[in-house]
Amino acid sequence: MDALIALVPVALALGLLGLLGFLWALRSGQYEDLDGAGARILFDDTKPTERQPR
Amino acid sequence: MSVIGRIAIPAAACAHCGATVALDARYCCAGCEAAHGLVEGLGLDDFYRRRSAADGALRPDAAPPVPLATAAVAEAPELWRLDLMVSGLRCGACVWLVEQALAAEPDMLAARAALTTRRLTLRWRGAQGRAEDFAALLGRLGFRAVPFTPACLRAADDAETRSLIRALGIAAFGAMNVMLVSVAVWVGDDMGAETRGFMHWLAALIGLPTIALAGLPFYRSALAALRARRTNMDVAISLGVLATAAMSLSEAWRNGPFTWFDGATTLLALLLAGRLLDRTARGRAGRAVAELLALQDGMVRRLAPDGCTEDVSTGAVRPGERILLAAGERLRLDAVLEDAPGLFDLAATTGESLPRPVTPGAAVMAGAVNMGAPAVLRVTAAAAEGSLAATGRLLEQAAAARGRFVTLADKAARLYVPTVLVIAAGTFLGWWLGAGLGWQAALVPAVAALIVTCPCGLAIAVPAVQVVTVGALFRRGVLVTSPTALERLAGIDHVVLDKTGTLTCGTPCLLPGDWTPQDLRAAAGLARGSRHPLARALLAACPEAPLRRDAVEHPGQGMAAGAARLGSARFCGVAAKGDTPVLWFTEGGSEPVAFRFADALRPDARAAVEALRSLGLPVEILSGDAPAAVARVAAELGIEVWEGGVIPEAKRARIAELRAAGRHPLMVGDGINDAGALALAHAAVAAPGAQDLAQVAADLALRGEALLALPEALRAARRAQALARQNIAFSLAYNLVAVPAAVAGLVTPLGAAAVMASSSLVVILNALRAERLGRWMP
Repeated sequence: MDALIALVPVALALGLLGLLGFLWALRSGQYEDLDGAGARILFDDTKPTERQPR
Repeated sequence: MSVIGRIAIPAAACAHCGATVALDARYCCAGCEAAHGLVEGLGLDDFYRRRSAADGALRPDAAPPVPLATAAVAEAPELWRLDLMVSGLRCGACVWLVEQALAAEPDMLAARAALTTRRLTLRWRGAQGRAEDFAALLGRLGFRAVPFTPACLRAADDAETRSLIRALGIAAFGAMNVMLVSVAVWVGDDMGAETRGFMHWLAALIGLPTIALAGLPFYRSALAALRARRTNMDVAISLGVLATAAMSLSEAWRNGPFTWFDGATTLLALLLAGRLLDRTARGRAGRAVAELLALQDGMVRRLAPDGCTEDVSTGAVRPGERILLAAGERLRLDAVLEDAPGLFDLAATTGESLPRPVTPGAAVMAGAVNMGAPAVLRVTAAAAEGSLAATGRLLEQAAAARGRFVTLADKAARLYVPTVLVIAAGTFLGWWLGAGLGWQAALVPAVAALIVTCPCGLAIAVPAVQVVTVGALFRRGVLVTSPTALERLAGIDHVVLDKTGTLTCGTPCLLPGDWTPQDLRAAAGLARGSRHPLARALLAACPEAPLRRDAVEHPGQGMAAGAARLGSARFCGVAAKGDTPVLWFTEGGSEPVAFRFADALRPDARAAVEALRSLGLPVEILSGDAPAAVARVAAELGIEVWEGGVIPEAKRARIAELRAAGRHPLMVGDGINDAGALALAHAAVAAPGAQDLAQVAADLALRGEALLALPEALRAARRAQALARQNIAFSLAYNLVAVPAAVAGLVTPLGAAAVMASSSLVVILNALRAERLGRWMP
């Protein structure tokens, strides 16, 4: 049962990491356009669509 | 192998928009030819192979561009951001084309289009006025861009959906992790009491925050209902979840055999998933309606005293100012006609199907369409005080009344909540006082009874059916926007139809006459270059006519190309007069031929009325048009009860009369004159192509051209109601076995989970049957 002392926190921490990742994805707007995201991966960009402001 | 279907365009299809063209032509119009050249010039011709549909919707329009520059906001000096609603954005390839074409502009920093919301976000460096260039580029490609209106924003930027997704994520995380611990307890018979206690507290550590956070949407709704002294399904859910959490905590405290955190968190996750699906389905319809409304939103061309014109939004025009209304344009403010006599189509405001000549000085209501030459009008009321705003206020009152409708789920909850409370309290008292168990031990069967009565199955019984039905209807062009629309639609027992624009097309259609097909083809080729309603109607009768490139439009008179002329009688040198709308055509001194137009019945009107009758519904017509015209339509459709020349107030009065007589009338209409009646009716449907106010007033809107979708929507609503009843009955029947077992203390958390999952599954599978609606679309 000693293994539990280590394994349970590890399992929980990994789960929490997943949850945090999900919350981050939600906050950064990745769930805003689910239809578009599905179509977008099928096209490769010939030119960059985004340029950083110089 | 590419995942994207390669669409083979038939030989006689326009290379850009895919519309049918004459066999030898490559393009349907000059706009498409230019668009195709533009796409090829940008090196983006992959678009034509990647898109998934080409049905003529992508035809560049000659519509005057809506001024957009003022909608751009400055993020930093010289750095602009603009949100646009792009109509015509239908597949991934369109998104790709739009983004790539705009990214090719040298000063563009970012162009990002969202397919779900049709929202295009542009950021660029430089002048604000560049917005017009970008919109013009989109226009040349065949996409129409309008500013992202507040209504679009409400439909797209949905904070509630996002909070539901967040709650679902948390609930799913919690449920899975609690289950990890719970399964260990369920199977770990040889587990020591100390380890079990540790497991219980671990489950509490994960379960309690999950229940507190993920349950918030339910607790809020339940509190709101309790404050209004009502109960709804969310009261039952909150009660079950919170009681389970409390009982589990007490079990962990005394180190009982099981905790029930897994049940509570799984219940939340399942219900949140159902609620999210429900919201997504209706949000899709809401966005489609917002898109239709945004496209109708327009600008007004204001005439300054010095004769200059400027485009301003409707709200900026003050009474007394003069505006210019182009041919074919819709008036958005109440005004009086100045200078010259005009011809106006009043179908949207009064229901009259024939355009009415208006003398200078006469009032014209907002919603009228200019059928004559460009007209100068003096505005009599600002947008906030005009007739449209008055109708809008009427709608708000009616919407409040409609909000008091009690749904099937609420009715079930009203019976369910008190019954369950009595059972749980009885169980607790029976075990505690009757059988002499400790209060903590007696709590277990009581709460088990509370969650085993399946608030889960009951709570998703109705939404599951609605999700499936709303989705199936959406794919068939019926937009359901109100959450109670389907239930009210299922309950109607009387149908009131508007005539102009509902039973008829609402736009002129070509009548047979003494013209030859060659005349029609030549005239339609001229008409292709014009936006006048009659020119559009002529083109619709001969869509494959090739464009006359040399055609020049003489506003308010007609089109001319070489020796060929198409237009008013005077323009073509004819001295004829008549009251039906007519276009004259003459080619090189030949005898002029007349193309006459009338508002024709929708092709499926007869079938739709017959289908309504076969559903056992009495049908009547209530129209603002001349009685003779109404009588003709009524006779043609075999409708005995009809009334013509009805003013909007009388329409409302007729609906109120029906309601007072205990009937549940369905109103179907399209015009501003129908809006009041639509809002007052038990259920309301906006006909295809309805005015924005009518769409707002209605519970569901028909898209496309098919009126036959109406009886099918009714049938779908009735079927949905029947399935929802079955689901509720099933959930309740389940309890006949589950409740006695729970009361007797025989139910374990594993058993409760099995009952909950299986009942939900049966309910969902039953709901999927709603998908199989009749097929009626070609």
